Amino acid sequence: MTSTYEKIATNTLGSAAASVTFSTISGSYTDLVLVANWGVSVNGDGTIIRFNSDTGNNYSDTELYGTGSSAASQRRSNASFIDITRAIAGDGTNIYTNAIINIQNYSNTTTYKTALLRSNLATGTYAGVAALVGLWRSTSAITSITILPASNNLLSGSTFTLYGIKAE
Amino acid sequence: MATTYTLISSVTVGSGGAANIDFTGIPSTYTDLLVKYSIRDSNNSISQNINLTFNNAGGTAYSERLLYGSGSAAQSFSSSSAANINFQYATGVAATASTFSNGEIYIPNYAGSTAKSVSVDSVVENNASGTAMGLNAGLSSNTAAITSVKLASPSGTFQQYSTAYLYGISNA
Repeated sequence: MTSTYEKIATNTLGSAAASVTFSTISGSYTDLVLVANWGVSVNGDGTIIRFNSDTGNNYSDTELYGTGSSAASQRRSNASFIDITRAIAGDGTNIYTNAIINIQNYSNTTTYKTALLRSNLATGTYAGVAALVGLWRSTSAITSITILPASNNLLSGSTFTLYGIKAE
Repeated sequence: MATTYTLISSVTVGSGGAANIDFTGIPSTYTDLLVKYSIRDSNNSISQNINLTFNNAGGTAYSERLLYGSGSAAQSFSSSSAANINFQYATGVAATASTFSNGEIYIPNYAGSTAKSVSVDSVVENNASGTAMGLNAGLSSNTAAITSVKLASPSGTFQQYSTAYLYGISNA
């Protein structure tokens, strides 16, 4: 039987870490799904992702979010990352944040890459719920994904799993 | 090759209706849990909340943040120290006949020893006003592994043909 939805790699942090990278991602899938459940070491720190270690200003995103008292939308152009917790930041002491990131057609070498994200933090000063679309303006196939706090560490016990989806 | 998505259990509500849908005895052998539901509720409304609890625990363990669209406005709500997570939606019987809500509840790392963070997307569509679309961040502060998941109608019953499927997602 063909397995449509496969784990590519998983990373459970045994100690605090500055970043997590999924590298040498095979081009044999159609889409990618990254599931994350994490905390950051400093309250209010954001968490970002980059593809293929590209630190250039090649990213943009648009976000619809709710804080618990208001709903709004914001966007950013020519950024050096996609901020997966832009409106809600991170919890500084607990593994309370989760995100599900869908990256369609990640391995083609013709088009720019778009990611659809959902991120959630239900409690705390920086709590909120958000849906984002992120764009990486590169025609390169995505072969690595790096997740990192904007300025501090990911907490021990944080979990990250990358799945591949095959359209066959 | 390992199977990533496994159906753990499913429920289809019969003709008598059901006050709740309860998945029990969930093994800890998966990485994440996913509930996909399609529900119509007996409450005389178009959209109706559903109460979500884990391990039959009530008390004050739950908090949530909701981003909500009604078709005419976007709003955000929150609750804390609550007895359940209830910002996910079912279609009520005042809605167009034969319409059922759709919802997905994703629970990463459900068997771990940390608080349980939940992502919920749900919709009620009716070909008329009164509908709802919600994106919800939920949290249970209980750190025990989740062994049961309950969806409950706050003031009525789930109607016949309502369904819920519980999947285990494995990263093994």
